[in-house]
Amino acid sequence: MSILVNKDTKVIVQGITGKAATFHTKQMLAYGTKIVAGVTPGKAGQTVEGVPVFNSVRDAAKETGATASVIYVPAKFAADSIMEGVEAGLDLVVCITEHIPVLDMVKVRKYMEGKKTRLIGPNCPGIMTTGECKLGIIPGNVQSKGHVGLVSRSGTLTYEAAFQLKNAGIGITTSVGIGGDPVKGTDFIDALKLFNEDEDTYAMLMIGEIGGNAEEDAAAWIKANTKKPVAAFIAGRQAPPGKRMGHAGAIIAGGKGTAADKIAALNEAGIMVADTVAHIGETVVETLKKAGIYDKCYKPVA
Amino acid sequence: MNIHEHQSKEILRAFGVNVPRGKAAFSVDEAIAAAKELNAPVTVVKAQIHAGGRGKAGGVKIAKTIDEVKTYATELLGKVLVTHQTGPSGKEVRRLLIEEGSKIKKEFYLSFVVDRQTAKVVMMASTEGGVEIEKVAAETPEKIFKEYIDPAVGLMPFQASRMAYALNFPPAAVRKAAAMMGQLYNVLIGKDCSQVEINPLVLTEDDDVIALDAKLNFDDSALFRHPDVVEMRDKTEEDPKELTAAAADLNYVNLGGNVACMVNGAGLAMATVDILKHYGGNPANFLDVGGDSDPQKIATAFKIMLDGGQAKGIFVNIFGGINKCDQVAEGIVEAAKIISDDGKSIPVPVVVLLEGTNVERGREILKNTPIANVIMAPTMEGGAKEIVRLVNADN
Repeated sequence: MSILVNKDTKVIVQGITGKAATFHTKQMLAYGTKIVAGVTPGKAGQTVEGVPVFNSVRDAAKETGATASVIYVPAKFAADSIMEGVEAGLDLVVCITEHIPVLDMVKVRKYMEGKKTRLIGPNCPGIMTTGECKLGIIPGNVQSKGHVGLVSRSGTLTYEAAFQLKNAGIGITTSVGIGGDPVKGTDFIDALKLFNEDEDTYAMLMIGEIGGNAEEDAAAWIKANTKKPVAAFIAGRQAPPGKRMGHAGAIIAGGKGTAADKIAALNEAGIMVADTVAHIGETVVETLKKAGIYDKCYKPVA
Repeated sequence: MNIHEHQSKEILRAFGVNVPRGKAAFSVDEAIAAAKELNAPVTVVKAQIHAGGRGKAGGVKIAKTIDEVKTYATELLGKVLVTHQTGPSGKEVRRLLIEEGSKIKKEFYLSFVVDRQTAKVVMMASTEGGVEIEKVAAETPEKIFKEYIDPAVGLMPFQASRMAYALNFPPAAVRKAAAMMGQLYNVLIGKDCSQVEINPLVLTEDDDVIALDAKLNFDDSALFRHPDVVEMRDKTEEDPKELTAAAADLNYVNLGGNVACMVNGAGLAMATVDILKHYGGNPANFLDVGGDSDPQKIATAFKIMLDGGQAKGIFVNIFGGINKCDQVAEGIVEAAKIISDDGKSIPVPVVVLLEGTNVERGREILKNTPIANVIMAPTMEGGAKEIVRLVNADN
């Protein structure tokens, strides 16, 4: 079991003829992802890495029965691509693209109201169910199979955390990179809910950063709704107010969104927060031990 | 991106918003000419810097005569203002806004921002104008009113008038206030602002409604749609290192300390700054080199960190996913060639942690091409401790 994607998920790559998309299509296929179609308007009939290309998502979905897509379209056109995936009735759309204008995402969210599609991202590394399926750019070798669900606002911290867990003999069901933008499709609580319902996920790791209050909301949700243990890390303790730290959403504005507030909220909810990025793995191990499920989650490193 | 108050007001004026008459001045003579042209009983001389809190710091002066305008303009131009937003080193005043004074009866706060959770623009207002809204929010949240705006239809007239009534505008001014709210929402949408803040919005003694101060922030991702806004950029207001970095497609924020770091990915870069501080270092910068590891780009990154003697040590923390460790290693070798006279040294200690894709080849490159001062870190914790130790031992 896992969340959102597995070995049977049929996937469309939107913008497949672009350079980065072609590169990652190869990587995703090599990981075992069932990529059944690509979309680039005007390029129907071509193939990329053996994958047939269609002019529209609707055509691609109809022909192949795909239920998910991953988007590598330039920022100017990416909001349109998300809405195209939503309109075609896909279950899941994952948008990797960075630098989509915030007001475009406001429109997208409005458009998605009442529709069934789940959006992950934008500005995210994607999602990966260990050994089965990856949509996005997470390096395939960073995570091993296991029972921790990982949700993160940052790409490289997802890799770093997954790698530390792997080295500690702790595997992952699914990693979800929700992205570094202020307005996005899936937030911590959405992902935590899915992990909470997944039988194979015994514990969760959430990696947050400065800006907004999604981590505080997640802390309150965890306290009230789940018995599964959760560990956390928050990046940006030293970030100065008013400065954007790389991600569009990573900014302390009006005194809100500081790492200190988030850590306090998580601690208050009984969640252990790693002191430094180097201690994420150890913090998860400690959390699992405290909950008495370490033995169920540990597999000796090969 | 930020712009000056006088520029914000030009944009507001173009959208029909009532702002005081005024003109920017870059010299005392220009200030005097602008004041003469205004011919107002009271003239306000306002320092233009990209930071709030100017009033408290002495950056806003009220002049009753042209002579006073001259005195204040002379005093302010070239002065370094230190406000709660500038940091201790302050900002030099290079331009002024010369504006007619308003007869203020009451001050309000009004702003528009995108709310992350609802994915909607929210209009926020308070009767506590002219003060820091953060303080109002913390101490008396019941004094802040909010209206969430449906992007499909925009700010509805009933929402605007409901807000005007909530703020207790007198009957003669309700419609003016509501109209201004609609215009300000149009500014946010029309110019892709991340924030439109009017503090204070004033009610005058003759029941006029004026945007007395204006702060616009723009969504960097949408600037491609607004070349007119890009034109307004004042580079003298920005950190020179941050400008150089932006031109090289590097995500860099100067933090003022002496332990530098170069990292791939924004999250890991933030976390690296944190761990340096955790082990007693004084972080010099946040630096995300991004997903590619072009050696030239890495060399530029080194130059920026070292410029002006700021970095006394550098921690390179790379988790190779899309980035390849061997390319980063080549970048460090390349940087040494560009930076040093002998082509194989870097003037400060560099601790390198490579992990992930092609890590063995990366380590080999650095082993085979010895660069003075470069050492490999065994772990992230070890690397962070080591660079802090080396920098602190040197000072």
